[in-house]
Amino acid sequence: MTAVTLTVNGTERSLDVEPRTLLVHALRDDLGLTGTNVGCDSSSCGACTVLVDGQSAKSCTMFAVQADGADITTIEGVADADGTLHPMQQAFHEHHALQCGYCTPGMVMAAISLVEEYPGLDEGGVRHGLEGNLCRCTGYQNIVDAVLAAAGSGGD
Amino acid sequence: MTITEDAPGHVGSRRLRKEDPALLTGEAKFIDDLALPGAIWVGVVRSSEAHANIVGIDGSAALEIDGVNEVLSGEDLAPLWGEGALPCAWPVTPDMKNPAHLPVARGTAKYVGDAVAVVLADSRYAAADGAAAVVVDYEPLPAVVEIEDAVADGAPLVHADLESNECYTWGLWGDNAPAIEAAFAEAAHVVSERYLQQRLIPAPMEPRGCAAVPSPAGGELTLYSATQIPHILKVMTAVVLGIPENKLRVVAPSVGGGFGCKLNVYAEEILCSALAMQRGAPVRWTEGRAEAAVSTIQGRGQVQHIELAADADGKVTAVRVKLLADMGAYLQLVTPGVPLLGGFLYHGCYDIPNYMFECTSVFTNRTPTDAYRGAGRPEATYAVERAMDSLAVSVGVSPEEIRARNFIGADAFPYESAAGLVFDSGDYQTVLDKAVALADIDGRRAEQAQRRASGSSKRIGVGFSSYVEMCGLAPSRVLASLDYGAGGWEAATVRISPTCKVQVVTGSTPHGQGHETCWSMIVADQLGVDPDDVEVLHSDTAVSPTGLDTYGSRSLAVGGTAVYMATEKVIDKARAIAAHQLEASEDDLEFSGGVFRVRGTPEAEVPLAGIAFAAFTAHDLPDGMEPNLEAHVTYDPPNFTFPNGTHIAVVEVDTDTGDVDLIDYVAVDDCGVQINPLVVEGQVHGGILQGAAQALYEDAVYNSDGQLVSANLGDYLVPSAAEAPRFRLDSHATPSPTNPMGVKGVGEAGTIAAAPAVINAVVDALRDLGVTDVDMPASPQTVWRAIADAQGGAS
Repeated sequence: MTAVTLTVNGTERSLDVEPRTLLVHALRDDLGLTGTNVGCDSSSCGACTVLVDGQSAKSCTMFAVQADGADITTIEGVADADGTLHPMQQAFHEHHALQCGYCTPGMVMAAISLVEEYPGLDEGGVRHGLEGNLCRCTGYQNIVDAVLAAAGSGGD
Repeated sequence: MTITEDAPGHVGSRRLRKEDPALLTGEAKFIDDLALPGAIWVGVVRSSEAHANIVGIDGSAALEIDGVNEVLSGEDLAPLWGEGALPCAWPVTPDMKNPAHLPVARGTAKYVGDAVAVVLADSRYAAADGAAAVVVDYEPLPAVVEIEDAVADGAPLVHADLESNECYTWGLWGDNAPAIEAAFAEAAHVVSERYLQQRLIPAPMEPRGCAAVPSPAGGELTLYSATQIPHILKVMTAVVLGIPENKLRVVAPSVGGGFGCKLNVYAEEILCSALAMQRGAPVRWTEGRAEAAVSTIQGRGQVQHIELAADADGKVTAVRVKLLADMGAYLQLVTPGVPLLGGFLYHGCYDIPNYMFECTSVFTNRTPTDAYRGAGRPEATYAVERAMDSLAVSVGVSPEEIRARNFIGADAFPYESAAGLVFDSGDYQTVLDKAVALADIDGRRAEQAQRRASGSSKRIGVGFSSYVEMCGLAPSRVLASLDYGAGGWEAATVRISPTCKVQVVTGSTPHGQGHETCWSMIVADQLGVDPDDVEVLHSDTAVSPTGLDTYGSRSLAVGGTAVYMATEKVIDKARAIAAHQLEASEDDLEFSGGVFRVRGTPEAEVPLAGIAFAAFTAHDLPDGMEPNLEAHVTYDPPNFTFPNGTHIAVVEVDTDTGDVDLIDYVAVDDCGVQINPLVVEGQVHGGILQGAAQALYEDAVYNSDGQLVSANLGDYLVPSAAEAPRFRLDSHATPSPTNPMGVKGVGEAGTIAAAPAVINAVVDALRDLGVTDVDMPASPQTVWRAIADAQGGAS
């Protein structure tokens, strides 16, 4: 077992993991943060997206030991302490950008990272920027509109 | 009272979903999120061979792995289920072949993915490691992979104890055969086409999973499962394992999409339940994505032959259909019934007097098929809508004109179809006209002509698809006539608490459809309360003991109607109490905005809140009345509902590369009265993309050895936002007379309509090059080859 220290949603957490433990399983199974979902084995679907030092990362394709010392933000850490939703979460709600909600935590995290990294994205930019996050329910239109709205760059 | 007259209410508004906050914050609990300390983790060893005798299973290497405790073969596990096998609830013919389908195979593996052994371990990692380390000695047998090969002379047998690979043949023609022969003999135009429905992997974003938690002292078992059907699963688990139903509870936690593939009773659910009862400890299993591709049912899998006979004007006089349908190696819950659900609809939304449908279903050495979004109806719509385009070319009219000449007229409802259904309502021509206007057909065709004239390699194609589907499954007596093993009703309970909050218990089982929001809106309008004061309970047989769950776009038309009717019963009781309190006749009372008033005496009024409290205290109720405001309804629909619509796809096809770009998509749907247009549009969007994905991207590709070569999401192309077009929607409501709200259902509409619209558009783009058909998925290679073949086999 290997000792790992992560700052998760602002709180420092120390844990012992097998070296091959994936970050997503450290978050889910060791820290009880089950908001981050696993949708595939192949880094294809993005359901497990979290922020690692502010950048989106697929936590099923990263060992927990690789994140040692890093600052991790999961879906549990983006709303305000009083429960006020993050503007991206709020935009997803207002645009009906989720149905079953399984891809949603990863999609929201990827979208937060995307609009931060690339301000002023147009629709095509959002669509390509979210290519690594799959949704089976929505057909993406409302997700795209939500992201554009949260980014302040339009959307219905 | 009808819901549409109650405006301004919540019904019809774009109310945001109450389901969202838990899902947006990670608070919602999906199956793998359940904390079960001390649970035994199951890893399933799956056959790597399509067809093989299992000669030996060596678990010694697996047992060396830290945390792996047991390796069990099908033989070892057999006592757990004895004679019990996985259930098929739809024996469509008396002579249908239904080979015993054990949760873990004994003797012979019949498909890649067939469970052949299980590993019991302390953790998810140990279970996966252990399953990978089990060595299975196979003696390969000849495999049947493709549908038509299964019925070829000398085909190997999937099941050695059967005489052939035929599962059943089911037909629908009555005494119509001579009339059909005559129609074809006299036809001015005959269209005869063969279409392929490739196998699809449903791929909800959440794979399956289950956890069985026993209470050994009392002998109870709670089965948690990522299922669409906790109620049906409970009955079936009780039957298969002999667990008394009163000792069994099934819970569907938050479920991450289903699309039909979680409408089943799976080996792992039976396995975990049986092991948990035997071991007295929680037993859990979570499916991996590549595992899901072979262990969860697949959809479609048909070879379709369709013929249309038409007169000189293109009026269709007969349709004749012969299907070969792929069951896979075994029958799952409703596998054999899927082709039948399409079997009534191969005449589409057209008035065709003569109808013949015949389906032969066959076994192959592949993963079982079963219901996948649309279940039979996308296949039927594809065949008739592709064939109608061929007929339009033969007659020399536009796709919209051939449809207009054949539509069931708006004045023909209720319309009795030649296949024996009674269509409830519709105005197909108005729907098509709206779609044509929205799509700017003239502009697109001008652009198409201009590009052709200029020799551009970027061709434009416009494709139509007009569909009608049967939803609101289903009248129980009709299901009986189809030999389905259950009814089609749905249950609801509505209770009003002492403080006038409302509890709705529904037998429907949402997994993304927004029932909590929509049921709340319905009830809030009826009772004059705020939707936020309504809670909707579901998906747990301890809370909602009676139900038949969610599939086939049935939830609103059947489950929502049950909720509506239960609420009406509650209002009736409240009215009696109000009349008692106001010393008035019930007939003199009116109820609106949550207040009972005596007509003509406006000051004589009592709010529902007062009645709710009076019903609770029971201090002064009418003689003989039971306390409390509560009602239960089980609603058995008198008929199906028949949503319909016209979709138009516009594609740009690169004739140099074969690449297809979906550049516009217009959908006009008639799903009857809409409870929440926001939710309706979401369903249509997602449905369209799933249908378009069949047309362009998705294919469960098997090689000749029966190996699935597109098993993960890198190879199986679930589209992303980058491929998806912007959808432009309109609607046209003809309220269904089948139920009091006039609703029809919308969950499958987009998927049913989209594939033929897209392929019709691709063929339209290439027709001047001689292309008359393109197989699905219309990948760049497939399209490029279709062009090359049409141009003289230049490939």
